[in-house]
Amino acid sequence: MTVATRLANAGDLASLRQKILAGRKSTKIAISVCAGTGCRAQGSMELFEEFQRELQEQNLTDVEVRATGCHGFCEQGPLVVIFPRKIFYRGVKVKDVPRIVEKTIRNNEVVDSLLFKDPATKKKCLLENEVPFYAKQQRIVFRNNGKIDPTQIDDYIAADGYAALAKVLTKMSAEQVIEQVSQAGLRGRGGGGFPTGRKWDICRAQPGDEKYVICNGDEGDPGAFMDRSIMEGDPNSVLEGMTIGAYAIGASRAYIYVRAEYPLAVTNLSIALEQSRSLGLLGENILGSDFSFDVEIVRGAGAFVCGEETALIASVQGDIGSPQQRPPYPAQAGLWGKPTNINNVETWANVPVIIDKGSKWFAGMGTEHSKGTKVFSLVGKVLNTGLVEVPMGTTLREIVYDIGGGIPKKRKFKAVQTGGPSGGCIPESLLDLPVDFEKLTEAGGMMGSGGLIVMDERTCMVDVAKYFLAFLVDESCGKCSPCREGVMQMHSILCRIVQGEGREGDIELLEQLAAYVKESSLCQLGGTAPNPVLSTLRHFRNEYEAHIKDKKCPAGVCTALVEFEVDEELCKGCGLCMRDCPTEAVIGEKKQPHKIDVELCIKCGVCYEDCPFDAVIAK
Amino acid sequence: MPQEISLTIDNTQVNVPEGTTILQAALNAGIDIPHLCYDPAWGLPPTSSCRLCLVELEAAGSLVPSCSHPAAAGMVVRTDTEKLRQTRRMVIELLLSDHPHDCLTCDKAGKCDLQKYAYQLGVKQPSFPVDPIPIEPVQDGPAIVYDRSKCILCGRCVQICQNLQISEAIDYLGRGFDTRISLPPGQSREQSVCTECGNCIDVCPTGAMSYAAAEGAGREWELETVPTICPYCGCGCTILMNIRKNRVVQITSHPDLGINKGLLCVKGRFGIDFISHAERLTAPLIRRDGKLVPATWDQALDLVAQRLLTIKNQFGPDAIAGLASAKCTNEENYIFQKFIRAVIGTNNVDHCARLCHASTVVGLARAFGSGAMTNSIEDFEVTDCIFVIGSNTTECHPIIGSAIKRAAVQRNAPLIVADPRAIELTEFSTIHMQQKGGTDVALINAMMNVILAEDLADKQFIAERTEDFDQLCKAVEPYTPEFAEKITSVPAADIIRAARIYAQAPAASIVYSMGITQHTTGTDNVLSLANLAMLTGNLGKPGAGVNPLRGQNNVQGACDLAALPNVYPGYQKVDNPDLQAKFEKAWAAKLSPKPGLTVVEIINAAAQGKLKAIYIMGENPMLSDPDVNHVEKALKNLDFLVVQDIFLSETAQLADVVLPATAFAEKDGTFTNTERRVQMLRAGLEPPGQSRLDWDILCDLARRMGYPVSYDHVSQIQDEIASLTPIYGGITYDRLTHQSLQWPCPDADHPGTPYLHKGRFTRGLGKFHPVEFIPAKELPDQDYPFLLSTGRILEHFHTGTMSRRSEVLDELVSVGAIEINPADADRLAIADGQNVRVASRRGQIEIAARLTDRVAPATVFLAFHYREAPANRLTIAALDPIAKIPEFKVCAVSIQPA
Repeated sequence: MTVATRLANAGDLASLRQKILAGRKSTKIAISVCAGTGCRAQGSMELFEEFQRELQEQNLTDVEVRATGCHGFCEQGPLVVIFPRKIFYRGVKVKDVPRIVEKTIRNNEVVDSLLFKDPATKKKCLLENEVPFYAKQQRIVFRNNGKIDPTQIDDYIAADGYAALAKVLTKMSAEQVIEQVSQAGLRGRGGGGFPTGRKWDICRAQPGDEKYVICNGDEGDPGAFMDRSIMEGDPNSVLEGMTIGAYAIGASRAYIYVRAEYPLAVTNLSIALEQSRSLGLLGENILGSDFSFDVEIVRGAGAFVCGEETALIASVQGDIGSPQQRPPYPAQAGLWGKPTNINNVETWANVPVIIDKGSKWFAGMGTEHSKGTKVFSLVGKVLNTGLVEVPMGTTLREIVYDIGGGIPKKRKFKAVQTGGPSGGCIPESLLDLPVDFEKLTEAGGMMGSGGLIVMDERTCMVDVAKYFLAFLVDESCGKCSPCREGVMQMHSILCRIVQGEGREGDIELLEQLAAYVKESSLCQLGGTAPNPVLSTLRHFRNEYEAHIKDKKCPAGVCTALVEFEVDEELCKGCGLCMRDCPTEAVIGEKKQPHKIDVELCIKCGVCYEDCPFDAVIAK
Repeated sequence: MPQEISLTIDNTQVNVPEGTTILQAALNAGIDIPHLCYDPAWGLPPTSSCRLCLVELEAAGSLVPSCSHPAAAGMVVRTDTEKLRQTRRMVIELLLSDHPHDCLTCDKAGKCDLQKYAYQLGVKQPSFPVDPIPIEPVQDGPAIVYDRSKCILCGRCVQICQNLQISEAIDYLGRGFDTRISLPPGQSREQSVCTECGNCIDVCPTGAMSYAAAEGAGREWELETVPTICPYCGCGCTILMNIRKNRVVQITSHPDLGINKGLLCVKGRFGIDFISHAERLTAPLIRRDGKLVPATWDQALDLVAQRLLTIKNQFGPDAIAGLASAKCTNEENYIFQKFIRAVIGTNNVDHCARLCHASTVVGLARAFGSGAMTNSIEDFEVTDCIFVIGSNTTECHPIIGSAIKRAAVQRNAPLIVADPRAIELTEFSTIHMQQKGGTDVALINAMMNVILAEDLADKQFIAERTEDFDQLCKAVEPYTPEFAEKITSVPAADIIRAARIYAQAPAASIVYSMGITQHTTGTDNVLSLANLAMLTGNLGKPGAGVNPLRGQNNVQGACDLAALPNVYPGYQKVDNPDLQAKFEKAWAAKLSPKPGLTVVEIINAAAQGKLKAIYIMGENPMLSDPDVNHVEKALKNLDFLVVQDIFLSETAQLADVVLPATAFAEKDGTFTNTERRVQMLRAGLEPPGQSRLDWDILCDLARRMGYPVSYDHVSQIQDEIASLTPIYGGITYDRLTHQSLQWPCPDADHPGTPYLHKGRFTRGLGKFHPVEFIPAKELPDQDYPFLLSTGRILEHFHTGTMSRRSEVLDELVSVGAIEINPADADRLAIADGQNVRVASRRGQIEIAARLTDRVAPATVFLAFHYREAPANRLTIAALDPIAKIPEFKVCAVSIQPA
């Protein structure tokens, strides 16, 4: 960091920004290495060090190596981008470093083998924005991710960071801030979709001087990681958003609740807190104004239910993280019984841009009732997986096919599960659905955490429902009886159905239980827990019936209901299945059609997955 | 006042104050909504977890839990639609899906809410497989059993533990279907903060929490429930005796009953089984050839009558003394002192109040005119500050202890604790002043010094309601906080802070107990507290006052009814000729105008041979009195000793005649608790063997001694008391059948007095007494380097006659221990649990050491409950010159590894 002196006013901040920018030549070569958790897991920090070592060895001291936040395309990591040309390398290994330095840094040449090859067109992409995964995205929340070093507040300031806060503190009243956010049409990205401006307004209107702001960084959906990536990659954007929100609400203290499984997020947030405090962007009289505000990090212990506002508050207080009945709402009696406003990470990160660019600009994106962008974590049976930020209203088809590159192995799309464990499955017939809060709910899914799991024809929807319910049984806090007992019973009914022990009336019983749990549960964990069952029953009822009546699993997943057989016409006798079968149940000669010995087969499905010719059939 | 709102529930218009829940509004209107996890009677915050009380809101079309959802103006609520019935059936069905269907053998059957609602909602054929959790019940202590398979996780037990008992001993553990109620993981009950109060049992709606010994002993419809008053401490809790076949199967409670509002402590709930102990006396005993042998009532009473008459004739009535009992009823104490005064003709009657609160009775009477707790237990719910000095409230008066904790935790009322030990209350205190034993006057004077110096005194109160203020000012002037720090070792800054907090609270309450009274300066200590309260105007209003906590269930009543040597019932002086005439007329006997001897004086007179006979009703001086070696010599020196008791106590073993009496559970009558509340006791059991009611024995004896007296029923004694005792004038049997009354209650229309001295002190003006600090009689020196303090522990009571015959209490704590600071123990090479020899100038005992920071270095603490290690072999019989109370709290001892 260049300076650590307190910024006395907005002018100081602007001068600092000018000073930082002046010190950075736009032609300067910089190697940006993704240091998000995904790329780190694949060795990006070793890569980062290797670049530093190599450059020093070669005495290339004016080349900068920068560890940035997550780029989103985690599947292709570790990712490296060479500035100023923005050459995009994927799958970079330590052994590639000398080559990159030699060719790209010294000689401005491209290492062809490290470029991304579009599986659809077989064309190599030189730049990040040529990659189809990025081409259709619109990055607002992720504006800085992958570009700046999250541990350097200078980088954030250089990218217009804290300009919105300066604007708010010098030019806007609290009411104007709320008005701006309301007009932008920003809705809670935690899944509920409650209008953020209205939420702030309600909390602001509560009597009392002591109010709290909380950032929900619990991100309990195991498949979603956009909040983690923001906290890791651009922590200051969250802090800036929270500071603006606190100003609007009239709070002077805040907490960021981060799950303990996100150590890098905690580290980078802590660094950001320290740096922004030393600049006077947090603390007493921020930028010389009357407004004082500070933030503390609280680490959660990894309970799904702690994403629920009242449970989160309990956990921050050191109590058992179980939800409270509302009313009273957190805005009335939240943390320590005081009015409290909770928004999630992505919501907070949207705030500075809205202030910066205006509500009209923001409201210009999206659908009638859902504005701006939404980050999805695109996973499952899809070619390109990772974090995807698109304008609201983008269709599922665009996300799955244009960005995700479609289904691997040329299999058929079956469904996309949206919104996390308690979301729902949307069938192919609804692929052209423009994604927003209302549309997803109408289709039986939900926005929820922003998780998108793509499923192909070999996915059993009863098994999927069972899988998610198992998660919810495990994560139910156990406080209210519908969720604790009802979800458990639903799960055990699903278990018996996939075991081939489903009974006449089970579907009706499931529906009855689902309606009961949905309506009677204390919090939204229970309120949404039946969704996996309800949405699969709605769109894939025939699969349930096949399990119960015909004792068959059409997708060939439920081992108790399936027998594997080799289609002798399709089998080329490659021997792959024979090699992998753990019980030597596959028999046959090389280049001759194989057979499966039903007696020996334990129905593990390895052959079914293995076969390059889809010659193994599930019956 | 909240605004009144109107809503419609099931087509009925209901008006309630804003903030009322829908459930409460419905219940007010007589509409019953099923509810499991929430029980309005206990006043615990709703958890809304069972979902049985869901109702439909017409406008929103949604279901909301009525237990927590506030009623709103114009709201239209439906409580009994087909959809709701279906939902409720589902709640019950699901709860039953993993609940054992063993109602046939479950102890809770008939009283189980789950069973009740299953029946009401017609849940017959479960839709789900019945799959009880295959887990054995857990019993972590001697009393409480938790059967997880029957637990519906309503959380009532957790709520009562956290919100009323303020123990936080149990909580939910685990998550989802694996959730259960538990002590902190890895902790045994002994390591945990659980006091085994068992309040969790009373709130449990199913059979999940139960009392081990009650298993199989009888169910709801087989049990007779008799409400009565707990026989242990002075709180005066209402208990419900659940009786089957003349045996108390279990003690329960109810939130609508008594000062305890349903809460009980471990003694009240589990310590009552002593009444059916095999060692109960069932026949009179007469000493023949040195041995006590059974006799008939005629033989025993004739012998007593004859010996007492002989001694009276030979040595005069003053050669005889009586010790009455703080465990017996008001009526029995009244008859006892009447017997001693009218039949024997002496005022030599006293009881163990002498050993606990004699200094209170004297001190507060001098300062205010009434020697009793000025305010009520309920006042802890409104007080702005509590100053606890010399009271280990959570152990000795657990129900009041919980009330104090609630005030501190839930209302943030500042709690100031002054105690030489780090007692449990210090964990909740704003300030803990750990004064040296016996330095209270210096500490309190210093607080008053600060209050005067900082102009925090209530000048108007002082001017209008008190006298001798200038004398007080002069007396406390030298006691600067710095000066007091040298005496008390409490940092001056803490004294200053405590003084400010106490003085600045709108209504501050002083709570004290034997840490104040049991000193040679006991009366001085009490007067100092009276000074402090008057100085700040903390008298005659709710939430304030000087509140001595009385140690025995009826020690207040025994004092009120004149088991004291200087007064007739209602503190009417024996040396007042008018009053003497009044009682001579009423009792048709010649009475002595000479005040009698006090407890220790009686013992001393016996030792000197001046006293020839003692009649002891339900007391055990062989363990309770100071310097018991001396007591033993004195009692053995008597010509004749009569002991009337329910057990063959250490004292009874020395008697010439032992008369079997009845326990509290076997008799009607009244007890007066620490807050002057007269409460009805109800007989539930037949007395064992030939044992007889105490008053009946005394009347029979009186008749045999030529004094005609007889009553058919205890209510006749109450009438007689009311006619002679102005403060009990309006307290009659009829009124007490449906209410309790706090004296003074002069006439039948008087509602009783929740707090004394409103507008005027009993004596007119409150009187300041200048008090100087005087050191304790015997302080540690080279030979006896430790300061010994004695007292009680939660699990036992007094001389252990009752509590040590209770299975649960005895299992909880079966042996005594002396608390010693680890630093001292280290120096003397004493390990935790190791036996040590404790010696004073008067005797020595052997007992296990317990190493704890609760006591400061160079001080030790010992409970006096244990006959095998009697603390009172060590204590000193030095007396307060005015109240004649012994200095149990300070003496010097030495300690050696045994």
